[in-house]
Amino acid sequence: MEDKLKIGDKELDSRLFIGTGKFADYSLIPKVIESSKAQVVTVALRRVDFGTPEENMLTFLSQNIVLMPNTSGARNASEAIRIARIARAAGCGNWVKIEIINDQKYLLPNNFETIKAIEVLAKDGFIVLPYMSPDLTAAKMMAEAGAAAIMPLGAPIGTNRGLKTRELIQILISEINLPIIVDAGIGRPSEAAEAIEMGAAAVLVNTAIATADDPVLMAEAFGQAVDAGRKAYLAGPGATHQFAEASSPLTGFLRNE
Amino acid sequence: MTFNDEAERFQNLNLTNMMERFTPFQIDQILAKSEIQWQEFLGLLSPAATGLLENMAQAAHKLTIEHFGRTILLYTPLYLSNYCVNQCVYCGFNQANDIPRRKLTLHEVELEAQAISITGLQHLLILTGESRQHSPVSYIADCVSILRKYFSSISIEVYPLSTEEYADLISAGVDGLTIYQEVYDQQIYQRLHPAGPKRNYSYRLTSPERAGDAGIRTINIGALLGLNDWRYEVFFTGIHAAYLQNKFPDIEVGVSFPRMRPQFGDFEPEYRVSDSDLVQSIAALRLFLPRIGITISTRENAFLRDNLLKLGVTKMSAGSSTAIGGHTDAIDSIGQFEISDRRTVKEMRETISKAGYKPILKDWHDLNAGRIDETTSVT
Repeated sequence: MEDKLKIGDKELDSRLFIGTGKFADYSLIPKVIESSKAQVVTVALRRVDFGTPEENMLTFLSQNIVLMPNTSGARNASEAIRIARIARAAGCGNWVKIEIINDQKYLLPNNFETIKAIEVLAKDGFIVLPYMSPDLTAAKMMAEAGAAAIMPLGAPIGTNRGLKTRELIQILISEINLPIIVDAGIGRPSEAAEAIEMGAAAVLVNTAIATADDPVLMAEAFGQAVDAGRKAYLAGPGATHQFAEASSPLTGFLRNE
Repeated sequence: MTFNDEAERFQNLNLTNMMERFTPFQIDQILAKSEIQWQEFLGLLSPAATGLLENMAQAAHKLTIEHFGRTILLYTPLYLSNYCVNQCVYCGFNQANDIPRRKLTLHEVELEAQAISITGLQHLLILTGESRQHSPVSYIADCVSILRKYFSSISIEVYPLSTEEYADLISAGVDGLTIYQEVYDQQIYQRLHPAGPKRNYSYRLTSPERAGDAGIRTINIGALLGLNDWRYEVFFTGIHAAYLQNKFPDIEVGVSFPRMRPQFGDFEPEYRVSDSDLVQSIAALRLFLPRIGITISTRENAFLRDNLLKLGVTKMSAGSSTAIGGHTDAIDSIGQFEISDRRTVKEMRETISKAGYKPILKDWHDLNAGRIDETTSVT
C-alpha cells in the first residue's frame, strides 16, 4: 500500500524530520540521515556559515534531502519573514519552519506573531511549517493563513520530556485538516511511536538524537519507531478497555427483554 | 522599576548569614528539584554546597547538553581604544597609568577585521575605554559599519550609554551588549572607582535595561571575581540575569565569570577565588538559569578552560589580545590585562572538537546586511 506524506510540492516516505542544532560534529549528520532514512532536515539560518565550506552545514547534506531552513532567533513576524527570504535568496529552497520565540526562559513559541508571518510568507510562495504551542484556535488561524502543516510542541524544547501536551495535540489531529507534526520534547523512540500511532503525520527530533551517546544508532531507532507507529496507526488498533469485561454484567438483565 | 530597586531589596538581607545556615542535606534536596528559586540558588553558592560539587557539576553538564547540545560558540575581542577618563584601581587602562594611549584609525580597524576574519570567527566583541572625547559613540558607529562587512554578530563592551545612543549603535549593526558591573557591593564599588563618570553605580547597573529598551538582542553581564566575596557577587550576578530575563523575555541573557588577572599597575585582588569556587559558581548559575549563556574568556588558562568546557559553559573567547592593534601588530603593546590562554583560534577549534564538542563560529545572521538579497527575491 502506498503511504506518502504530502506536504506542499513533496511526497515523503519518511515521517521523521531531523533537527541539526545540537550535534557535536557536522559529519555525523549525513550518517544520522542515512541510518534514520529521514528526508527532511531543518537548519537554522543563523548557524549557516555560507563563507566557510568546512563550517557550512549545508555542504554536509545531499541533494535529495528536503531542506527546511528555520527562523531560529526571530523575535517577531518581521524578523522571521526577513530570515525566510534571506534563506531562499541564498538557495535554501522555499520550505521554511517558522520559529518565533520571545521567551528565552522556556523557549515557548509566540503563536500570534507566527500567524502574521505565515500570512506573508505563504502568499510569497513559501511552504510554511509553523512551530507552535498546541492551541486549537491558533492552529485554525495558521491553517487559514496558508500553513502547509502544523508543528505543535510535545514538551518545552530540549527537555526530552515526551508528549506532555498529548491531549491538545490529539485535538489538533482530530480538528485540523493538515499534517500535524510533533516538534520538540520527544526524548525517546517510544514517544515518537506514540505520537505517530495517535495520528501525528510526522515528528521532528533533534536533542534526543544529537545528544545520545551514539547518535547514529539512536537515529536508526527513531526511524524504526516512527515506521512502527505509522503501521499501527494504519492497522487501526483494537479498542482498549478500561475495565475487564465483567462476567456478571450489571446490565445483563436487559437481555431478557 | 529598574534593577536598582530589586538590588536594594537583596542588599538589605543578610545573605552571608542566610548562606551559612544551609546544610548538605538541604543542598541535596535542592539538587533534586527541576526548577530552583533565588533562595535555593543562594544555597548552591553556600559553603555547604562545596561538598556536593561533583553532583552539581554533573547536573549542570546534563542541563547544558539538553539546552545547548554539544556546542561552544567562539568569539574574539577587538580593542579599539585605550583612552580612559576613569581610574578603576584594578584596570591597566586607568587614566592615572602612564601607558602609551592609542586609538585605531578606521583603516586600522579594517586591517584588524581582515586579520580576525581569516581565522573564521564571525562573532566579535569590540571594546573601548571610557572617553567621549577620543572614542565617542559616532566613532564606535563608524567602526561598526566597517566591521559588519566581516562579521555576522558584533557586540560592544564600552562605557554606559543612554537608550538613544544604544539605539544608534544597534542601527549601525550592533546586536549584543557586554557590560560588567565589576562589583555589586556598592561600598567596594565606590572605593575601587575613585574618579570619573564610572563612579555612578546606578547608571552602570541600569545600562543593560537601557540597551534592552533600545532593542538589543543579547546582553552579557558579570562581576570581576576577586574584588569581593565571590558568593555574594555571583549571587547578585545571578539575580541580575534573572531580572533581565524576566523583564526582556526575548533577549538572550548571558553571564561571564571574569577572574582578576595581573595587569599594568600594582593592584592585588583582596579576595581569592579558587578554581573550585569558579566551578561552584558556574554550576550554581546553570542550575538556577538553565538556558542562560555562560562565557569563559582567555583570562583562564588552557588546562582550566578545557575542563570547564563541559560544566555549563556555552561561549569562549579565542585568539584574544587585550592590546590596541593586537590582532595585527607584530609586537604586543600593553594590554588591559594579561591573557592566560594564548592558543590560536585554530588550536581552540581543534581542542573543542577533540573534547567531543562542536565549535560554533556563526550563531547569528545580520538581517539588515541581507536586505539586498531580500528585495531581489520578492515577487
